[in-house]
Amino acid sequence: MPETIDQIFVILKHWVLGYVPAEAQPVFSALLSVVSVLVVFPLLFAITTLLERKALGRIQNRYGPNRTGPYGFLQPVADAVKSLTKEDIVPHTADGVVHFLAPLLLVSAALLAYAVLPVGRNMIVANLNAGVLFFFAVGSLVELAVFMAGWSSRNKYSLLGAMRAIAQMISYEVPLVLASIVVIMAAGSLSTVAIVKMQAAYTGIWPHWFVFTPWGFAGFVLFMIAATAESNRSPFDLPEGESEIIAGYYIEYSGFKFALFFLGEYLGMFATSGMAITLFLGGWAAPFSFLTWVPSYFWFFFKLFVLIAGFIWVRGTLPRLRMDQLMNFAWRFMLPMALLNIFIAGVWHFMPAGPSRWLVCVVLVAAPCILLSRGLKQEKKLQVRTYRFAE
Amino acid sequence: MTVVFLILAVLTTAGMAAAMGLRNLVHCVLALTVGFTGLAALYLELGAQFVGFTQIIVYVGAVAILAVFVIMMTQSAGALTRPSLSSFWVGGSLVAGSVFAVLAWAIFSRVIPRQMLLPEPEVTVHQIGDALMHRFVLPLEIIGLLLTVALIGAVVLAIRERQGMQ
Repeated sequence: MPETIDQIFVILKHWVLGYVPAEAQPVFSALLSVVSVLVVFPLLFAITTLLERKALGRIQNRYGPNRTGPYGFLQPVADAVKSLTKEDIVPHTADGVVHFLAPLLLVSAALLAYAVLPVGRNMIVANLNAGVLFFFAVGSLVELAVFMAGWSSRNKYSLLGAMRAIAQMISYEVPLVLASIVVIMAAGSLSTVAIVKMQAAYTGIWPHWFVFTPWGFAGFVLFMIAATAESNRSPFDLPEGESEIIAGYYIEYSGFKFALFFLGEYLGMFATSGMAITLFLGGWAAPFSFLTWVPSYFWFFFKLFVLIAGFIWVRGTLPRLRMDQLMNFAWRFMLPMALLNIFIAGVWHFMPAGPSRWLVCVVLVAAPCILLSRGLKQEKKLQVRTYRFAE
Repeated sequence: MTVVFLILAVLTTAGMAAAMGLRNLVHCVLALTVGFTGLAALYLELGAQFVGFTQIIVYVGAVAILAVFVIMMTQSAGALTRPSLSSFWVGGSLVAGSVFAVLAWAIFSRVIPRQMLLPEPEVTVHQIGDALMHRFVLPLEIIGLLLTVALIGAVVLAIRERQGMQ
């Protein structure tokens, strides 16, 4: 019975495919998978916008939206209606074709990334041999869409915002990829299904997730920081919150195109969270061995919710980073840590299992982290701030 | 000559032709990106997954971005156009046409005998990694050295510019 509930969507899909002639079955199978992704993740986006506004409001000691429907839960509907009925203003000097294509490319690239995320046992849209590589390839399409948006608006601030956004995205792509290389080394495969299968085993009640190893934990933290920067979320949202009156590269977009940018950004956030779950948090595997009767897709979405809550929490807590602080952080702290992490994963692999391996690797992770951050802080010569008040 | 190959070939050649023929430079770069994506799709159709995805990561994700940055930083305001016909075109098209003719003749004639066509190898990323680490380790290290030199050169140029500004 638990297996049936676990595989209920797979069984449903096969049942529907039974009614389709044999020649059209591959196309229909792909169509069904794509439609389910297109239904589930934008719905998750709608729920997340509401959740974020309520949670940010509570962190800031106020209610979030609570007028539209009980506890504001119809707010996404109101937002959707508003963005659909707003006038679509395109500047006269804007580059029409590129201006139109930029949000489409952004959303398409963000949606393509879901093809390699295993949402449950046997539930993946495309089981590619080089799944992780495909994910990063699609991520690099987003930068092109950002440039297209910034350039085609023929606006100085828009172009500036786009350039900053692209510089930030390419800088943080390096630690993102390096942090995931550790997992690929440990699993020996680029296929997301294989990586999750390796983590779905248990010793006693404890799972074999990669986050419970020193290199895995460091990799997970690096990956999440880089994911926050890649999707332009606070505290790395300088391109879009720039002085709060200029929205950066999508300043000239209104109505539904703006909503598409928003959608693309959140979909990117979900996709990178999904990849973090696949690589580090064991994908659809249950946390303890006595909980495996709960369906696999429930665990995936539960972990996704936890990560989204983490993103919202960080947004409400930390102040925004300046551009130079952002770039320094990426190139001078995260890149060396990511490279060291690869070395540490190698040490872990070649040492025999036991407490000595744990001790060595934990020291090797913690010491450079502390030393590097202390060293980088020294050069700034930070002192305690003193204030002089007017009398 | 399957339908997929035809579609991808048309996409690639149209993208590259547009990259050469459009007036606005940024449109040219975007058309070039479409051509790169067409090439990546052709690699994927041939079964070379690693090369196809790496083509997207490197060309679309890095080279195209580099090209747009260069265009943005070296041009002042105004529409970026270039003359559509210049004297370079005649010489260039002659050279390109002759290269194409030689390649087409080589492929269609019996210069490369058909019996020598080996069966398609099943190349996995594991085998590529193996080859890179065993047989091709020297080229790998030299390319790493080259990339390091390029990185150091970029940093040196930036430092000099910053000191020049001060």
